[in-house]
Amino acid sequence: MRLIHIIRLRLRSLFLRRTVEQELEEELRYHLERETEEGADIENFQQRKEECRDMRGWNVLDNLLRDTRYAIRQLRKNPGFSLTAIVTLALGMCASVAIFAFVDAALLKPLPYQNPGRLVGVFEASLGETRNNLSYLDYRDWKKLNTVFRSLDVYQRNGFLLSTATGIEPTRGARVSDGFFRTLGVTPMLGRDFYPGEDLPGAQRTVVLSYGAWQTRYGGRRDVLGKAITLDGDPVVIIGVLPREFHFAPAGTPEFWGVVNGTGVCEKRRSCHNLDGVARLADGVTEQVALANVTSIAQQLEKQYPDSNHDRGAALTPLSEVIVGNIRPILLALLGGAGLLLLIASVNVASLLLVRAENRRKEMAVRSSLGASRGRMVSQFVTEGVVLVISGSIIGLACASWVMQLLTALVPANMMVRMPFLQGLGLHGRVLGFAGIIGLLAAMLFSVTPAFHLSLSTMREGLTEGSRGSAGNAWRRLGSKLVVVELATTMVLLACAGLLGKSLYLLLRVDLGLQPEHLVTLQVATTDAKYEKHPLAIALERELMSGIRNLPGVRSAGIANEGLPLDGNGNTCWFWVAGRPWHGEHYDAPERDVSTDYFTTLGARLLRGRFFTEGEDGTKPRVAIINRALARQYFPNEDAVGKQLSYFSEPPVLLEIVGIVEDVREGSLDEPIPPVLYLPFNQSPSSGFGLVVRTSQAEQTILPALTAAIHQIDPGIVTFGGATMGEKIHDSQSAYMHRSEAWLVGGFAGLALLLSVVGLYGVVAYSVSQRTREIGVRMALGAQPRAVYGLVLKEALWLSAAGVLIGLLCSVGAATLIRGLLFGVRSWDVSTLAAVAGVLGIAALLASYLPARRAAAVNPVEALRAE
Amino acid sequence: MSKPTDMVQGTLDLLILKVIALEPMHGWAIARRIRQMSGEVLQVGQGALYPALHKLEQNGWITAKWKVSDNNRRAKYYTLTRAGRKVLETEAAQWERLAAAISTIVRCV
Repeated sequence: MRLIHIIRLRLRSLFLRRTVEQELEEELRYHLERETEEGADIENFQQRKEECRDMRGWNVLDNLLRDTRYAIRQLRKNPGFSLTAIVTLALGMCASVAIFAFVDAALLKPLPYQNPGRLVGVFEASLGETRNNLSYLDYRDWKKLNTVFRSLDVYQRNGFLLSTATGIEPTRGARVSDGFFRTLGVTPMLGRDFYPGEDLPGAQRTVVLSYGAWQTRYGGRRDVLGKAITLDGDPVVIIGVLPREFHFAPAGTPEFWGVVNGTGVCEKRRSCHNLDGVARLADGVTEQVALANVTSIAQQLEKQYPDSNHDRGAALTPLSEVIVGNIRPILLALLGGAGLLLLIASVNVASLLLVRAENRRKEMAVRSSLGASRGRMVSQFVTEGVVLVISGSIIGLACASWVMQLLTALVPANMMVRMPFLQGLGLHGRVLGFAGIIGLLAAMLFSVTPAFHLSLSTMREGLTEGSRGSAGNAWRRLGSKLVVVELATTMVLLACAGLLGKSLYLLLRVDLGLQPEHLVTLQVATTDAKYEKHPLAIALERELMSGIRNLPGVRSAGIANEGLPLDGNGNTCWFWVAGRPWHGEHYDAPERDVSTDYFTTLGARLLRGRFFTEGEDGTKPRVAIINRALARQYFPNEDAVGKQLSYFSEPPVLLEIVGIVEDVREGSLDEPIPPVLYLPFNQSPSSGFGLVVRTSQAEQTILPALTAAIHQIDPGIVTFGGATMGEKIHDSQSAYMHRSEAWLVGGFAGLALLLSVVGLYGVVAYSVSQRTREIGVRMALGAQPRAVYGLVLKEALWLSAAGVLIGLLCSVGAATLIRGLLFGVRSWDVSTLAAVAGVLGIAALLASYLPARRAAAVNPVEALRAE
Repeated sequence: MSKPTDMVQGTLDLLILKVIALEPMHGWAIARRIRQMSGEVLQVGQGALYPALHKLEQNGWITAKWKVSDNNRRAKYYTLTRAGRKVLETEAAQWERLAAAISTIVRCV
């Protein structure tokens, strides 16, 4: 009751100010008139009013408004301080919020599926690898026999060639089994999902569109349902459109979702593994129980099909791990870096506030002696801190939103395909919440620091001693500790940036096993069924090769199917060394079918034996070339050339090894090169392949001529993915990831260096300004400028040395945490650490040299007179 | 600067509460009543009185209402609230104890 009454009264004083004032006026005037009637003294009327207002005005909101106005006025009065503090804070805020938004989009935001926590990725396990593909027949058996999944489905990344009015166009696509979307718990926003059984061989072929494809290719028209289109030369009917927010990174960002219908060559062989599985765990089943069940099924199949399923186990991984597992460590490292930057920024602002509090000692002492309570003064600091944080946060958030757009725009298209979850990044609820928490912590820090300082110094001291000596000591001790923290943190960031930068440097200079200059690559594919006949495919290859070789500027050309260097390891084949005891096991290696001039065009080095010859086709004995890794792994201490491999097919084929090439980087730049088996294209031809062309002129200009030459031979051939080898290296996923890490952490480190150097400068300069009298006395007593330099620099040196040393220790720890992101350097790489420590040391010396010079230039007479 | 602390701290509040416990009164009447009741000893200036009244009102111990006064003018009348009555009781008891204690000491020495 009383509380409500009080609140009503306070609100009244706040919002009905004019009425309250009028009443006060009237009340006091009435009193005055009665007094006058009695002839009593008339006391000061205005002062009475003021005192009554004070009593009424004891109102939190009212005070807050007044404090805020006062704080803003104070900050305006001191624009240098305010700008520095706000910009510093905004920087830290911007970096951490922007990175957090990425972390949120990738790691925190729930995946756009129903109950995503119950979804698992399903793989086969073999030879210690746990992310092997499933074969179609294994999948059918697992689906039939398991008792632990509510449903099990498969997907396969698979581009389609779309026939359009203007020609044939390669598109991103995927094939899935009929229940794939039901397993994920996703329903199309338009039309329908695949019916059960729609993935069986006899069914009418249908396709579901992504939202993006529906918008860009079909203008978002609803009558697209039922429309027949041609994919890979076959008629297909569009049956549905997926929701806008749907994404499924493991399959890339397909425009067309078709079905896996078990009619392909690969799908008829149990030994051909080309699918990934996704399953929803049945209610109450844990991942362990599920794994035990599928493992037992795998063992059962192994007994049943010893040839194809030897040593094929099962593996399950949470789906979220499949989707974001590989970028989680990168994002967390970046978030850590941004967090450290934020720490430095906050420490910097805190020490700025300390200096300011120090300079306002007198003001505070005066206010205190005039009757301001300590609470009122602390609340003034709090308000100032909050005003700083709010302005910093607003600028920081605006900047973060811009940085997010910039960073997403900088992600190349081929990387965005792997990270579709980054689309729709923005200042959403969780990100704003994060910013709010940071702001709150910062506000607490910024209001506690000066308030703490206030309690360190007694008020009276402030008045009597003024700005003399000892008063500054409390701050100097605290301020210098803060600077050590800043320098150490900067050291950590610099060291990480140095290590990541060196990793990138080493990565881009890693031995590729080929000469990347003047090398152009292009993918070639055709929907024409006639090329599936081997002789025609070989004829096509010969025609293409001669056509291309005749182009001006072309020195040589070659082809390889299953992917060009850096494309990834692609399909693997099974083989066995003929003549060794055999118990059904297989060796597994990526296979590349290459043309005669392939290796010479790449500039690959032959270690032993010979390259393939043009005449080696299906009529001649089968031959193979192996890379050094394969020779080292399977033929240690013996000469592999002349040995025979038993190549797993039905029936098995014997291959004679005719040569060994130096390892060519077929997969990613930062992974070890696996054993690779090269077969002559003429002995296992195909209708789609990659082209490599070595030119004697600028690489870019050859691409249009190349495409034109190919279309002259057969206009039905589709070409795509044209790039120079240099571009392929530059744009490869590993280079991109390492580059982004190095640049982002490097940026953080640069800003950190700037902030901490400014911080150190502040500490030293302040210390000099506090000791001007002391320095003056010393000089008056005969101290040389050199001694003064020493006096100032000694302090700076101690601080820097402490910062660098502590930072070194922390750097090794931090680098150990990010060792997964490093390539070719150890986390305690001495040269990097030394260089980084040197940079920081020199920067610190420069920062302290300026105030030292000012100190040495002090005029003793003026310094002594200054008080 | 004259402040309500001119008297023993909190005494003025007690006096005000006590005086208006009898009947609602406006400020000037409160001051007069205190003067009369104390036999002209306690002179409460408006500098002390009104801030105290406003503070008591903000605390919810008294409420104010505009009424026509004895000389036919509008005046602000203060009334004791239930919370105020409780405060008055405890404060009065407190005062009795304090006064008794002080006078014991003063007489002894």
